[in-house]
Amino acid sequence: MDAVERNKQYNKYVEAKTPQTKNFPTLIYAYLVGGFICMIGQGIFDAIAAIFPTMGVDAINAWMLIILIFMASFLTGIGIYDKIGVFAGAGSIVPITGFSNSVTSPAIEFKKEGITFGLCAKMFTVAGPVIVNGLIVSFIVGIIYLFL
Amino acid sequence: MKKKIGNQTIIFPSKPCVIGFYTVGGIKEGKGNLQEYLDFILEDDNFGEKTFEKAERKILEETMTKAIEKSKLKPEDIDMLVGGDLLNQIVASSFSAREFNTSFLGLYGACSTMAESIAVGACLIDGQFFKNVLCSTGSHFSSAERQYRFPLELGNQRPPCSQWTVTGAGSTVLSDKGSKIRVVSSTFGKVTDYGIKDVNNMGAAMAPAAMSSFVAHFEATNTKPSDYDLILTGDLGKLGSEIFIDLMENKNYKMGANYSDCGHMFFKNNQKTFQGASGSGCSAMVLNSYVFKQMQKGKFKRVLFGATGALLSTTSSQQGDSIPGICHVVEFEGGHE
Repeated sequence: MDAVERNKQYNKYVEAKTPQTKNFPTLIYAYLVGGFICMIGQGIFDAIAAIFPTMGVDAINAWMLIILIFMASFLTGIGIYDKIGVFAGAGSIVPITGFSNSVTSPAIEFKKEGITFGLCAKMFTVAGPVIVNGLIVSFIVGIIYLFL
Repeated sequence: MKKKIGNQTIIFPSKPCVIGFYTVGGIKEGKGNLQEYLDFILEDDNFGEKTFEKAERKILEETMTKAIEKSKLKPEDIDMLVGGDLLNQIVASSFSAREFNTSFLGLYGACSTMAESIAVGACLIDGQFFKNVLCSTGSHFSSAERQYRFPLELGNQRPPCSQWTVTGAGSTVLSDKGSKIRVVSSTFGKVTDYGIKDVNNMGAAMAPAAMSSFVAHFEATNTKPSDYDLILTGDLGKLGSEIFIDLMENKNYKMGANYSDCGHMFFKNNQKTFQGASGSGCSAMVLNSYVFKQMQKGKFKRVLFGATGALLSTTSSQQGDSIPGICHVVEFEGGHE
């Protein structure tokens, strides 16, 4: 038997034997935690709207996001956010708090290699692709809007 | 006298002796199945250091120093250090060696380094080049995570086929005489690649290498699995060791109750490590705590120890390469001391 055929069979055998992530429970956890984070966001929004009745919707949105980002960053710093992540999966990655976590965690980790070449240089190692893709997509959408 | 039997196997007629051994484990490791066998359990995984890399180095230094003490030798009696670790440029080992005024051979066999260093050490002694050789390796969960995976605080999930890199190290002092635990023979592994690309499934990537080396050893020494009191594979983990058993069965070797895997036996089920332990410290700690201590008590007389390593880098896997594995096998014999 040649190596290519052997490897193909072995990969097939391994794939069948390897335990897979249980989709259903992880979906539920992600839904619950993700939903809860959004609920906190809505709560912050309503609170700001109640305290500052004259503030516009855009300004309230901005403040709400800033507060959520700070909270996630803070929880990352004291070592709680990653524990939520283990349980929630996409539920804590997809909301903006996950983005905050993905910037803060390398910043903490690589601070030991110095401010410039550690913290600043490595800060976006995880979040970088999200930013690049976000920029590209918004550019494309912008072009489409131009012609609509 | 011809010392090479078979294609990959050598025998050591002088049977170099294991005269000292020492292990240090991290907090989580100390709560696992090796709890009562580890010599020292850390209260803080940083070991009082500022970075994980410095902690890994200090852990390794500690095992080296204490292993020499336990062998009742002085540091200047050691005439060769052999070892490696998982960090880039094996800095933990070479920086630890800086503290000893002794020759140093740096090895890289990933998680197979313990078996590799003992095999090399035994060669050096059996060839009468050196008298006392110190073999050591270790790993640190946090330094391995940041080098191979993601920052510690990143809230991601580990897949169910993954393993947990252990924090800890083990050192063995080999000498030409002075103990009943002896190195009898050794099989140097071939790099074996069955095309596994999933970096989270190291067990599956390394199992074929383990099969290749164990088959080579059984054939060369004309033995079978039931001839040994204990057969240990490196850190294949639960899944990897099941695959290994299947692969061995295809080659007509039936692995019985005397077979175990360092990664699989390391942690308790409730420690949430999925397939078990990994890291070069894993097999080093199992060998230098549980195995040697049981051999001293006379529980095991003939032990086959094959540590496995996955020879990948983050660059190779990101460029789409599959994961080559290696396994070095060392055979020990021992008697009641």
